[in-house]
Amino acid sequence: MKAECPFLKKLANLAFNRHMAKNMKQMLEKFTRRIETSGLVEPGGALFGMADDRIVWNRTDPAQKILEPLFSNLNINSVLFARPAFPYSVIIDFLAKTTRNSTIMPDDCETRTFLHDLPVADAFSALKLNQCLKARKSVIVPGGSIVTTGTISPEQALVAFSSVCFACFVKFFSDFLKHVQTDGVSKKEARLFSRIAPFCAELRPAPAGLVHGPFSMEDEIRTAMAEAGKKTVEAGLVDSSFGNISCFNGKTLYISQTGAFLNKLEGFIDPVPTDGSRCTGITASSELGAHLNIISATKDHAILHGHPLFSVIMSMVCDIEKCEKKGECHKSCPYDRNICQIPIVSGEVGAGPHGLCNTVACRMNDQKAVIVYGHGVFTTGKTDFNDALSRLYSIENDCRNEYFRRVRDVIGDISNLMAS
Amino acid sequence: MNSKTKSNKTNGWWGKIAFIDLEHRRVSIQKPALKIYTAFLGGRGLAGFYLKDKITLSYDDPQMPLLIFTGPLTGTPAPTSGRVTFMSRSPLTGGVGDASAGGNFGAALKRCGLDGLVITGKSASVCGIEISNEKIRITDASTLAGALVQTAHKQLAPKGSTAVIGPAAENGAMFANVMIDGRHAAGRTGIGLVFASKNIKYITVSGNKRPPVFDRTALQEASADVMRLIAASPFLMGPSGISAFGTGALYDLMDARNMMPANNFSASKFEHAAALNAPSFKKQYGFKSHGCSGCHIRCKKTGRDNRQIPEFETMSHFSALTGNSDIEVVRKANLICDDYGMDTISAAATLAAYFELEKRRPGPGEILRLLGEMGDGQGIGKELSCGAARWCAAAGHPETAMCVKNLELPAYDPRGAYGMALAYAVSTRGGCHLRAYPIGHEILRKPAPTDRFSFAGKARMIKNGEDANAVADSLIACKFTFLAATCEEYAKVFTAATGISMTGQDLLLAGERICYNERIANSKNGFSESDDDLPARFFSPSGPDALAPIDRKDFLAARSAYYRVRGLDESGMPFPEKTRELGL
Repeated sequence: MKAECPFLKKLANLAFNRHMAKNMKQMLEKFTRRIETSGLVEPGGALFGMADDRIVWNRTDPAQKILEPLFSNLNINSVLFARPAFPYSVIIDFLAKTTRNSTIMPDDCETRTFLHDLPVADAFSALKLNQCLKARKSVIVPGGSIVTTGTISPEQALVAFSSVCFACFVKFFSDFLKHVQTDGVSKKEARLFSRIAPFCAELRPAPAGLVHGPFSMEDEIRTAMAEAGKKTVEAGLVDSSFGNISCFNGKTLYISQTGAFLNKLEGFIDPVPTDGSRCTGITASSELGAHLNIISATKDHAILHGHPLFSVIMSMVCDIEKCEKKGECHKSCPYDRNICQIPIVSGEVGAGPHGLCNTVACRMNDQKAVIVYGHGVFTTGKTDFNDALSRLYSIENDCRNEYFRRVRDVIGDISNLMAS
Repeated sequence: MNSKTKSNKTNGWWGKIAFIDLEHRRVSIQKPALKIYTAFLGGRGLAGFYLKDKITLSYDDPQMPLLIFTGPLTGTPAPTSGRVTFMSRSPLTGGVGDASAGGNFGAALKRCGLDGLVITGKSASVCGIEISNEKIRITDASTLAGALVQTAHKQLAPKGSTAVIGPAAENGAMFANVMIDGRHAAGRTGIGLVFASKNIKYITVSGNKRPPVFDRTALQEASADVMRLIAASPFLMGPSGISAFGTGALYDLMDARNMMPANNFSASKFEHAAALNAPSFKKQYGFKSHGCSGCHIRCKKTGRDNRQIPEFETMSHFSALTGNSDIEVVRKANLICDDYGMDTISAAATLAAYFELEKRRPGPGEILRLLGEMGDGQGIGKELSCGAARWCAAAGHPETAMCVKNLELPAYDPRGAYGMALAYAVSTRGGCHLRAYPIGHEILRKPAPTDRFSFAGKARMIKNGEDANAVADSLIACKFTFLAATCEEYAKVFTAATGISMTGQDLLLAGERICYNERIANSKNGFSESDDDLPARFFSPSGPDALAPIDRKDFLAARSAYYRVRGLDESGMPFPEKTRELGL
């Protein structure tokens, strides 16, 4: 190629930089809207930064001064700083203040697989953040706020943020039930529980009906999947960053792509021919194998997988005291466990000897549902997503009721907590 | 840094490197300082450290080192850690030339009690190097001169894992490979020709020493974190992933995304793709899986006849790029390249350029005949074996060579992934997809999807990707694993293996150092911004079957942004301050 004129090159660079900064800002605004509409952060509460050769922010905030050095000290390209919405903020603040060794250790699948543990910084300073983020994708800072990073996309920071909220929620409620039933609850813990319990114990409205199957045309399938995904998120049965969904038409399994937002599936569904003639499923959800096996085992055509909070919490409540597999519940529980009459199975994400592809389908009994330990729920429907979604909804509400029933069994009315 | 300080043997590494002087038939062991190991890790990083001071020598200068390095994880139970780096100055590109190879060679070399080999000099006659534990012998290999790779490998296999060159290297092919265990290529930049220039036909390694590991329990735990992420990866372990179908699983995806380079990159879609995908190969030849040492993904496939099934790049280039719709030709072309020891991407891309200049499609049997001529150094094949860039330049049409820094482009059309376009251009290796592999996020959606038709944010993404892959190439771990696990998880593995506490970001800093070292090395040979460029074809309309061209101004501005993020000047040259900052 011929050499470029230095002056023209400079002009072109300036124009490009303006254009790219605009693109990056739009990207940040998109992710800001997403985290706000998810309910994880109050409107205006998220500070999102992204860097190429310069840094762009979604808004101006004094915290930028502390966060900007992260871009030069770490191999990252995006940062998210926000105080999560209630009740996540108070839960995270509580866990951060009460944890030992400046690290929160949740037991859920998201943490085990992707986050490993949740470091806590004792100050919101560039130095402290840098120390923690050198080793992990997230750090909790005083006041219950979270800083997360992405190496190639702000979406990673958003997903990590959501995972921290999910993990802390599950941990707090799991710990609380355990403390109530065994070694007692601290005053602070009781105060927090009585503050947030009314909010969490509320029944959510049942999702409205979905389009009815069977579906023959590809467009119909894609539309039905997008609708079901959206309603599942709206019903609070999964955060938009997680979960997956599929629909089978007898020859091809249509499944959400890996990392697809469940409430925005248009354009993010992979067709996977079940005769193995194409490898287009290479970008499909990690749970493609599980979905294929469920279709084969149940003959149902619609599968929904969400991460409803209380189903996950209750899946981790186990009354078996002496177990030769203690500590391995997530991958090899030797017992046929149930909660609210729904089977609980072990299983890790994806393939492998302990993978969900091997553990879920075989327990999909008449209930047409399975809860995966510390992870989420799979439900099916014969031809469309109506039964799958209503089942997911009722399982979550049953688990929520069962949780609070068990708490009440020990302490009576929740208002007694503070009195005691 | 001075490499000749007192030894600091630790865990992970042995702390020993064998220096082999072929001219004087002498072997000595050096014990580099621990700080060299921690700064450059191993593999590509450590090899680059030993190459930098010699990089201005010609590739065939006897003093030009041939570097073969393992990493701190090689030979340990760490996942996907069995690979090995071959490095020298590339005959094809004139810059840093390296190849990460699978098979058992890396683990076997490490089990000999050595971290690496630095081979200099030129043997007076064709020789072999046989390493058994720490015993190193230089042998007469004249009876194997000119032997096909399979023939030599079968004869040598009882001596251990083999690294062999084929007739292509001996006949001067600029893109000659070294073949590991008869079927794993140390490919791309012509390292096979460096072997030949030193009169080395083969190296065998066999060892039984257990590499030192600091904390085996911690290594097991850290490895479990990596294995969990591998299992969760649809690309690696999913029903349509590479464990099931080999890297050929990518073929359908490139077709579905309309970015399969066809007819020497004049089109981005191949009408016969559906009949030449990985499932078609599986149906026709049967699939048996095998893998590299220490890897459970087992993405390598052989047919019922126990011979290799082509990898993705080979499948794509010997079909779409060369305009061939015969599956049997694709397979045979792959086997010929393996037997002669030729890089399949370079060979196919050179043929594609040849047919374009000939203004015709290949005739029946022509691809296979020309490959044979390339390997034998005969007829037109002799001229083609110098690679697309040299051949097209000699033919008066340099613009027809789809190369970056003389290295032929792989099977991802850069018009379909702008990060890939930038990564091709700035790669220290030349037209290589693996230095940053933005296909991970632009196409495979890992670790998160990015807009493939935008340069927004791509400069930093490419720099970060390059650093991460430099870590993978130096530890050594398979780069594909890094589409699931990251330096965060591998830092724990590294710490368990070596006992040296490093975070993911510490490793990435080493990755940055390794990349910058290569930029410095290339700059010494005159590489600058004019070399960090794509063929002109990608910036102008190529016809109805091609993706829309890349905006040239945007590309140049993205490249400038990359230079700023990487700490280079406007011409892509290293800054002294940055060089010092990285301890180089």
